[in-house]
Amino acid sequence: MKTASGRAFNPAFSPTPNQLAAVKTALFAVALIPLASLAYGGFNDGLGANPIEFVTRQTGTWTFNFLLITLTVTPLRALSGQHWLLRLRRMLGLFCFFYAALHFTTYLWLDQFFDIDAIARDIVKRPFITVGFAAFSLLLPLAATSSNRAIRRLGGKRWQALHRSVYLTGILAAAHYFWLVKATALIYPLIYAGLLAILLGWRAKKRIASYGPFPEKAGASLRPIRFFRSRP
Amino acid sequence: MPVYRSTPIAPSEITGAALYARRRDFIKAAGLGAIAGALGVRAGLAAAEQERGKRIEGIVKSSFSLDPLNEKATPFDKITGYNNFYEFGPDKDSPLKHAHRLRTRPWTVLVEGEVKRPLTFSVEDILKWALPEERVYRMRCVEGWSMVVPWVGFPLNELIKRAEITGNAKFVEFWSLADPEQMPYVRTPFLDWPYTEALRLDEAMHPLTILAAGLYGEVLPNQNGAPLRLVVPWKYGFKGAKSIVKIRFVARQPQTVWTKAGPDEYGFYSNVNPDVDHPRWSQATERRLGEFFKRKTLPFNGYAGQVAQLYAGMDLRKFF
Repeated sequence: MKTASGRAFNPAFSPTPNQLAAVKTALFAVALIPLASLAYGGFNDGLGANPIEFVTRQTGTWTFNFLLITLTVTPLRALSGQHWLLRLRRMLGLFCFFYAALHFTTYLWLDQFFDIDAIARDIVKRPFITVGFAAFSLLLPLAATSSNRAIRRLGGKRWQALHRSVYLTGILAAAHYFWLVKATALIYPLIYAGLLAILLGWRAKKRIASYGPFPEKAGASLRPIRFFRSRP
Repeated sequence: MPVYRSTPIAPSEITGAALYARRRDFIKAAGLGAIAGALGVRAGLAAAEQERGKRIEGIVKSSFSLDPLNEKATPFDKITGYNNFYEFGPDKDSPLKHAHRLRTRPWTVLVEGEVKRPLTFSVEDILKWALPEERVYRMRCVEGWSMVVPWVGFPLNELIKRAEITGNAKFVEFWSLADPEQMPYVRTPFLDWPYTEALRLDEAMHPLTILAAGLYGEVLPNQNGAPLRLVVPWKYGFKGAKSIVKIRFVARQPQTVWTKAGPDEYGFYSNVNPDVDHPRWSQATERRLGEFFKRKTLPFNGYAGQVAQLYAGMDLRKFF
């Protein structure tokens, strides 16, 4: 079946409020599984020989996982036409922040034991800590402006501009990961950076495509470029 | 005294060692666990398998060991389940999962370089040179964790004595096995395989430096570097080359696998030093496995009294 515009008709699924609530509840529960498994391991001696390192790694990994999942919503929505997916994005983004906060807390509390001097030295001297701290700091304003009220107060355009900083957060997170692993474990940050590059590359490609074609004929470039619609 | 003999096994019935080492993969792939298991029991006479978990007889105590009242040995499952042995994978639990592929018998060690003539020793011969000693040492990893390991081994200088080295020998190089059949991850390019490490000759001669063949009174588990590994307790753990197949005496300071991988991060000496940070993290403290609070890292890992004089007059920041 074709629509008037000639595009294939896409019977876009639109969940009822009840269905959406069910999906969100399920997603919420699933997103808590990594935390639950850490808690279970903690009570059952299941966190390996170096539990604090394990918790630090797991919370860091899940921060990055949720960052990538959140960044997947827009391409997935565009490619599938399932626009309702957008309504899950806030929760996914907030879970990214949630695991980032756990990751940062693990570092502050379990790893450094609130030794403010050591932490301050780390942030200044260790590039991977500096970059990780910067990435976490960039997430704070996004989490703070995640409510509908904040969107209304900022206005859609400005809210979107602010929230695009998550692309930078992704790049910083990848740098954080690259810097902290040894050469022998490079494969992990390579995979994460590759996925991030695909997600950001898709956006860049779309943005470039939206600029419209360059003039192709030689004649076209002979005409003066029009800066203004009318004479200033 | 009666002599007990087991029923002889025809050579045709014995599974080849290479196939035997891959038996678990085979079981997984084919899902024929029960049948393969039955075959495995019959073939389970492979010499390497006999070594696994065997008690070492006649171990003598050493005055170099830590006092158990001050520092308790890390539990066996932590020492054998939390390892960096990148030939078997990138994670701490990879060696435990994959090191069963390593065949530790037959095993020979080639001694060459600045020696009168190259010599090849079988691991059985090497283990007869000296009484096995228990050496309970601290092990400090460059990553910032540590443990206490009750090694069983003998001083490396027992080997150097027998190597007939020339006057040119100033450094000793240790080469680990790098067989992609047994060590799947040597196919990855993340280190310049084979794993090589080196010591200055006087460091190698020092009585604290040992070749370890066991821990907790048992034959060394594969994931800890069986059948023979280097232990230098005042240096970061990565200096202790595992599963050694070649020892080379050389005149000039050699490149080691980690200095090639990161010359500003992993120095030739790599003596434990709380005052010289790794470029990416502090070395002032360490987490002893099993402890909640971090400990202060000690200069030369607590062995300064025995080894500091080896580095008298050297700038330890420059020669890190």
